[in-house]
Amino acid sequence: MIDTATITIAIASGKGGTGKTTLSTNLAAFIAEREAVVLADLDVEEPNSGLFFRAEPVHQEVNYKAIPQWDESKCTLCGICTKVCNYHAVIRLGPSIVVFPELCHSCYACSELCPDAALPMVQKRTGILSEFRADNLHFIESRLDIGEEQAVPAIAKTKKYAAEKHPQVRLTLYDSPPGTSCPVMEAVREADFVILVTEPTPFGLHDLKLAVETVQVFGIPFGVVINRYGTGNKEVDEYCSKEQIPVLARIPDSRRIAELYSAGKLIYREIPEIREILKEILNTVITMAKGVRK
Amino acid sequence: MKIAFTASGTSWESKIDPRFGRAEFLVIYDEASGALSSIDNSSVKNEAHGAGTATAQKIFEINPDVLITGNGPGDHAATALRHSKMKILVNAHDMTLKQAYEQYQKGLLNEF
Repeated sequence: MIDTATITIAIASGKGGTGKTTLSTNLAAFIAEREAVVLADLDVEEPNSGLFFRAEPVHQEVNYKAIPQWDESKCTLCGICTKVCNYHAVIRLGPSIVVFPELCHSCYACSELCPDAALPMVQKRTGILSEFRADNLHFIESRLDIGEEQAVPAIAKTKKYAAEKHPQVRLTLYDSPPGTSCPVMEAVREADFVILVTEPTPFGLHDLKLAVETVQVFGIPFGVVINRYGTGNKEVDEYCSKEQIPVLARIPDSRRIAELYSAGKLIYREIPEIREILKEILNTVITMAKGVRK
Repeated sequence: MKIAFTASGTSWESKIDPRFGRAEFLVIYDEASGALSSIDNSSVKNEAHGAGTATAQKIFEINPDVLITGNGPGDHAATALRHSKMKILVNAHDMTLKQAYEQYQKGLLNEF
């Protein structure tokens, strides 16, 4: 099933604010200097990679998820639906079955197990998927509507769209959401390689350990990029060397980088050292991702 | 009147549990009979999602005239509870059930 010519790299982190978007956008733009690349912003609750590109919109579509809709005329109020819902998204209140669409995980259990077919699944809008293009760079993002709680369906849809729309592009990058919960699992689970971005602080280390455990569940090869290197302490370095986790790069702590980022600029274009770091990360990642595939 | 409390214990001296969905106990006082009964709600600890609607369903089935709680139900639970006519009184945290009931009788608790 896997096309060995293509490589998908997920850029993730346990802790938020470590530099996922900085690395994703800079790496994507760097790759786009030489070849086509897809960057998908999977942080659908707060996508922000798009801020770094002046790209033309090429496509937009509505994202949906499936939710049950109660058909009062068929319902016998047996309550099976309320018992099978793990998320209490379907409850019985006296003579009514009430569905909470935001809590629904679209598992179909209530709908399939209803003996009276009183909960048919219907499509509910969750947000918008947009694709932009700037020369070699195909940028795709999904954005949840306000009040939507389920990121996973939007993330799955965005990945599917990216893969189907650009099957010929060799490198695809995912800018993942932070943390280690369901959205992150969905974002990284089919990637060929995961880059975990962290910072050399106790917080960074704590959340890095959680992120490592997450990626290990899937058995995906991964490496660590330590951002803001030179601040904090040596514990992330020590952890990685003890666990034999490859450190792909150490990006120095720099006021200049922070200034460029806050101005919406790509840092590698202004700082030659960063360009070298990106080149090294890319070479290592491609080699490691291919190595696993044999 | 039937009064329900979100509580961290089962007696009049227990504290109000300020949480709605994840309240440890639901305590029910029946003013007519003077009986105080309780339902153990601690099973919601194992719920990652939907504790609010799960507890709302239980409260709905108890069908009290008044619910006395702390922070108040979240959006989903509130939507569910609006299907009944019960009055929801909030901000009773830091009180024992007894104190909360006295405050309620004096009309000093805020309506949600």
